[in-house]
Amino acid sequence: MSNNKLFRRDVVTKLMAVRGDALCISGLGSPTWDLAAIDHRPENFYIWGGMGGAAPTGLGLALAQPDRTVWVLTGDGEQLMGVGSFSTIALQQPKNLAVIVLDNEHYGETGMQAAPTGRGTDLAAMAAGAGIGNTMTVRNEAELDELVAVLKKGQFPLVAVIKIDVTTGETIMPPRDGKFVKNTFRSAVLGPDKALHPN
Amino acid sequence: MSGDWSANAHSLFKEHGIKQVAYVPDAGLSGIIKASLADNDIQTVPLTTEEEGIAVAAGAWLGGQKCAVMMQSSGVGNTINMIASLTTTCAFPLFMIVTMRGDYGESNPWQMPMGRAVEPVLEAVGVRCLRADTAEDAADAIQAGLMMSFHGGEAVAVLIGQKLIGAKAFSAPAAQDAAGD
Repeated sequence: MSNNKLFRRDVVTKLMAVRGDALCISGLGSPTWDLAAIDHRPENFYIWGGMGGAAPTGLGLALAQPDRTVWVLTGDGEQLMGVGSFSTIALQQPKNLAVIVLDNEHYGETGMQAAPTGRGTDLAAMAAGAGIGNTMTVRNEAELDELVAVLKKGQFPLVAVIKIDVTTGETIMPPRDGKFVKNTFRSAVLGPDKALHPN
Repeated sequence: MSGDWSANAHSLFKEHGIKQVAYVPDAGLSGIIKASLADNDIQTVPLTTEEEGIAVAAGAWLGGQKCAVMMQSSGVGNTINMIASLTTTCAFPLFMIVTMRGDYGESNPWQMPMGRAVEPVLEAVGVRCLRADTAEDAADAIQAGLMMSFHGGEAVAVLIGQKLIGAKAFSAPAAQDAAGD
């Protein structure tokens, strides 16, 4: 069974093919390596810590940039730690925010310990219960194609949970200096002048 | 400035171009929350837990907006890793208003330990604390804190003491219905 599961790098490759000019926040661990490996660009804010913070960072960004699409790419453990943010996001109903959870049902970075998501905890159901209108769980290529269509249409706010294999790709590290990543991102989004001279 | 510190805070938010106000409610914050909700130029972001607000503020800054984060002192305990890992690591500006419990005149022992811990734990993760015990102090500290955070690039918490907002009364049995956090 497990060898039929989706491979995270293939999933992210397929998603990034339809990213367009969406801004992307990645949650700590493998999602950050995945994003760096497949679609490194200045409009990526790579998080290396602050577990649970990817989705609310995406929310603050989505509210600040209502005309830009914002994707949060994170893992199941990271999202579980910040699961209340589903409710916080649902309250705002941002029409430009998608939270995409790569769910391998394990804590990958710490030694592949089992996570509750493999033992009955359903993140998409939790998002729906919090009031997120568009939620889906993706388990195969056909459902991944459906997600791609939803992302292209921009049916947001969206929480998509993608069940993936535990296999990881090569660790590709983006810049680890958070100040650099922040300033790079702000320069790309706001323009260098506004980024460096906020009023 | 003098008078109602909450009204002054809202005016200062406007003056400094605060566009998002993220908060977990506290009785002492009710005036600013009400003013923020009534203001169409400010997006209010109620949180389920305080560390979300630290991340929302970072995201707002990434998108070119200023976000104020407000909470009761107990909530500071929830924010520490997010501040250390996200705010301090990336040198995000951070402006917080913290209304104190476990402070001057407190009669709920469950509030005391966190009330005492607020300043040392915030300082330990790189947040400068500006303490305010009068309405004048509060307005001055909010003005100073907004400058220090969004222009000086610092993480700043304005701590509003119970000397200013008053200690919550706990007296059985009449207060039982209202008792809570």
